[in-house]
Amino acid sequence: MTQVLENDLQAFVDGVLDEVRRAEVETYLAERPEEVERLRAYRAQDAALRTLFDPVLAEPVPAALVARPAARRWRPYALAASVLFAGVAIGWIARGSLAPLPQAGSSLARSAAIAHAVYSPEVRHPVEVGAEQEDHLVKWLSKRLGTDLRVPKLATLGYDLVGGRLLSGPQGPVAQFMYQDAKGQRLTLYVSTQKDEGRDTAFRFSQEDKVSVFYWIDHNYGYALSGEIKRDALLALATAVYQQLSP
Amino acid sequence: MDSHQILDHIPRLRRYARALLGDRYAADDLVQDTLERAWNKFHLWRPGSDLRAWLFAIMHNVFVNQVRSKRSEIEKTMEELPVFAVRATQSDSLEIADVERSLRELPDEQREVLLLVAIEEMTYDEVSRALAIPIGTVMSRLSRARERMRRLIAGAQPAVPLKVVK
Repeated sequence: MTQVLENDLQAFVDGVLDEVRRAEVETYLAERPEEVERLRAYRAQDAALRTLFDPVLAEPVPAALVARPAARRWRPYALAASVLFAGVAIGWIARGSLAPLPQAGSSLARSAAIAHAVYSPEVRHPVEVGAEQEDHLVKWLSKRLGTDLRVPKLATLGYDLVGGRLLSGPQGPVAQFMYQDAKGQRLTLYVSTQKDEGRDTAFRFSQEDKVSVFYWIDHNYGYALSGEIKRDALLALATAVYQQLSP
Repeated sequence: MDSHQILDHIPRLRRYARALLGDRYAADDLVQDTLERAWNKFHLWRPGSDLRAWLFAIMHNVFVNQVRSKRSEIEKTMEELPVFAVRATQSDSLEIADVERSLRELPDEQREVLLLVAIEEMTYDEVSRALAIPIGTVMSRLSRARERMRRLIAGAQPAVPLKVVK
């Protein structure tokens, strides 16, 4: 084994080592708990930075920024637009309007769709805690949401758990679980506290541009399953989630 | 590929600028200056090469040339505007606030590298090209940024209260 250097440890934090080198670094770390702690702190810092600044991605882009100086042509462009509202945006471009996009569906479905659009394309950090640490993931997010969360199993429908992350939602902490099928198609399950809209709701569907969302509220918790797949395909998955969470 | 595609990168440029500067108005000014230069120099962009890297390289140059000279002015604005006050209701607000504060205390060149790796998720090679620095410099700045931030955050946590002995 070649010597483990600081650069290897940084690359380990970023998850960019090849398997062989990663195994060597892990062996090196096995006897160095204080180094493990240091690297864990680095990962936590990185995650906190993303928590702080990722919301900027979902803000509407100020009009001044999309004005092309040479031609002085206005190009309305709402953020997340490329992913989430592309279809809607075309209509708004035609109208030349820069007003905020209309709310489609409930705030739960919309928040879930935005979170899906922001995180599902992430290559290196789709989740904060991976499925290999499912127990830890569930305990952590359960503690933050103040309820015993269960992670539905969708493997029989072709989707494996990738992991999860903690987000901040309009009404407090939100857990997001991500699933992926063999083709890399991703689904996210958004679980949020619903203090104000405490009434239970039935199963509902909302189309947030490309993102399809099935959502429901059950005992002060809102659930939303989002994916860029057809409604029927998502329905089968959402039904499975619903049955597993609300037996 | 035409210059429209620059628009797709605006959200990411804004996120990075906000993280770099803290203040949203100063950040959007930086984005605007970057975009103006990008539109004007778009004929210099080599089709097929990485547009994001090109835009971030422009932003870095604008940042170095302009923003640093306005430094004191921006820092004054930052004191007046609590940018992330909205997060105070979160139970983890303390830690998040510590992270935000310690980020501000990093030297510019360390903050740039850390943000490009942690937030923009660039490879070390991409960072090296965007900032026009050798990869060894990327690694040493990254390492120093992370360690400095860790120490700042550790120092910011309240000390364990001493037990009162009567």
